[in-house]
Amino acid sequence: MNIYVLMKRTFDTEEKIIIRDGEVDKEGAEFIINPYDEYAIEEAIVLREAHGGEVTVITVGDEDAQKELRTALAMGADKAVLINLEELEGPDHFTISEAISSWLADKDVDIILGGNVAVDDGAGQVASRVAEKLGINQVTTITELTIEDETVKIERDVEGDIEKIETTLPLLVTCQQGLNEPRYPSLPGIMKAKKKPLANVGVNELEMNEKELTAKTKTIDRFLPPPKAKGKILEGDIDQQVNELVHLLKNEAKVI
Amino acid sequence: MNFELTNEQTMVRDMVRDFAQQEVAPKAQELDRSAHFPEETFHKMGEMGLLGIPFPEKYGGAGADNISYMLAVKEIGRACGGTGLSYAAAVSLGASPIYYYGTEAQKEKYLVPITSGETLGAFALTEPNAGSDAGGTETKAILKDGHYVINGEKCWTTNAQYSKTVIVTAVTGRDSQGKNIISALIVPTDAKGFTIRNPYDKMGVRASNTCELILENVRVPAENLLGDPKSGFKQFLFTLDGGRISIAALAIGIAEGAYEKAKRYAQERKQFGKRIVNFQAIQFKLADMAMEIELALNMVLKAAWLKDNRKPFTKESAYAKLFASEMATRTCNQAIQIHGGYGYMREYGVERMLRDAKLMEIGEGTSEIQRLVIARQIGCDSL
Ligand SMILES: Cc1cc2nc3c(=O)[nH]c(=O)nc-3n(C[C@H](O)[C@H](O)[C@H](O)COP(=O)(O)OP(=O)(O)OC[C@H]3O[C@@H](n4cnc5c(N)ncnc54)[C@H](O)[C@@H]3O)c2cc1C
Repeated sequence: MNIYVLMKRTFDTEEKIIIRDGEVDKEGAEFIINPYDEYAIEEAIVLREAHGGEVTVITVGDEDAQKELRTALAMGADKAVLINLEELEGPDHFTISEAISSWLADKDVDIILGGNVAVDDGAGQVASRVAEKLGINQVTTITELTIEDETVKIERDVEGDIEKIETTLPLLVTCQQGLNEPRYPSLPGIMKAKKKPLANVGVNELEMNEKELTAKTKTIDRFLPPPKAKGKILEGDIDQQVNELVHLLKNEAKVI
Repeated sequence: MNFELTNEQTMVRDMVRDFAQQEVAPKAQELDRSAHFPEETFHKMGEMGLLGIPFPEKYGGAGADNISYMLAVKEIGRACGGTGLSYAAAVSLGASPIYYYGTEAQKEKYLVPITSGETLGAFALTEPNAGSDAGGTETKAILKDGHYVINGEKCWTTNAQYSKTVIVTAVTGRDSQGKNIISALIVPTDAKGFTIRNPYDKMGVRASNTCELILENVRVPAENLLGDPKSGFKQFLFTLDGGRISIAALAIGIAEGAYEKAKRYAQERKQFGKRIVNFQAIQFKLADMAMEIELALNMVLKAAWLKDNRKPFTKESAYAKLFASEMATRTCNQAIQIHGGYGYMREYGVERMLRDAKLMEIGEGTSEIQRLVIARQIGCDSL
């Protein structure tokens, strides 16, 4: 089975984030594999263990993303591909998905797994766009996956409820929490990872035309949510408090 | 010269950190209270290959370097000092001597089960009447009909109850100058006449298994002798040199844990209308802690690097152990101070760290012995 995983290197949203001039400060941030993509990597390895074949992890990013690719290899993936779009001006979800699709275009794909969303921008666009471009089936936010020959049985999370779906390969799925417990890379896995192939692919190696290379959106600014202001405790009897509350909502918060 | 960790070293550190924070740290407080050995944790560590980090693949290891191993010890120690001690003892004291001095057959039989996590390993040197002065070993092993018959008593052997074999040092004869010849023997823990108990109520590292060993006419085949029969003493000095780096790494882990708690607490706690981290007296404490932790880590990495590159590291491992262990005690002590009365309460977890850290100044050679080693290394004996 030819298994592909789409992985993103993101900053750890649980750690402190500093923004300078509309960019996340890379020096101060901790970088990780997007947690949802970890489910995708784990599921890919489980699929290979059950059906044989090969797991290739793809990321779009700069040289630093090699670290996360090596981690995926240490977990058990077989190959890694780093698509470097640094030459492009501000690639967006569209350009990134076009780049991945064109790299995948001549590959014999059985299944592609991605995360449900990336925790940094929460867009959830890239994987779905890739499926559209390649013209294959797609199911998002999956929590269970069973493959028997060409038939694929899936459970997906719909706002807390479960939807059962049957579809066929080739297929793209995005993974949701609950699908599995991602493994820690083992020590021997880490040592073997450095011997596994990691290919660097530049823009000129992809067959992309001008339109596909041009981003459709532009990020104007990035900023942190304003620090939470101190709460206000209203005083007096209930009537006084209600009057004060209405007054504040009208004149200060201006919501009514 | 390059101060950056390699990709693999970073990955090992991050992986062990994740594991330790998720699986070890939440148990530390309870393990300390109950003095319970976390067998389950060691099964997982074995599966992940942590028990064989610095040994070649052909002996079931991961084929990584000592730097990676030290980073792993540090991360486990940051989560739980007792778990960290048993981990460091299994690798540095239980497995290392077999790897460095064992025959191929011994490695196959005794090293692989440790590196693969099937069992832990232990090294029994200390006796009730022979601590710092290991030359005063009283346990005797007499060779008779192709078997050693061992009699004696060992104390404070880490991990013995969870090990299939223990390396026991014993007097096997006298040299031409009449001095005791001390050898190391691999003794199966289920041998007849071998009693292992853990009667100690320890101040710290309580999750670690610490045992008393009684050997009464324990017979092991002559082939269980480890390494050169005449240089048992030299062998365990080398073993301890390596072990000392791991104790230093463990001390740094404990200190890091205490420093992080203290820093967080200082940012939260308010007195006199300010967060206490705004008081210079507290800032200076945190500054000292951060600096000393980094200095100790640099020394550990250097000592491990020397070992990895097969250069002498006796002096550097003593530097690392001495500085890191005393630093850890200072750091944990100041971490309690920053916590004030709360720090004196078990619930806050820093008092445990001080109790754990103190052992680092005693085990695998006390601070005084480290100073003796250093003094000898810098040539004081010949002045
Ligand atoms: C929790 C724990 C785990 C342990 N695990 C192991 C283990 O796995 N295997 C093992 O073999 N041992 C183990 N030990 C034993 C440990 O290594 C010894 O306790 C240590 O070497 C010191 O020996 P001692 O306790 O007999 O102290 P002593 O040697 O009696 O020392 C008492 C004091 O005298 C000082 N002193 C001694 N000689 C000199 C000198 N020449 N000059 C100046 N000062 C000196 C010492 O520094 C110390 O302050 C463990 C101990 C503990 C507490």
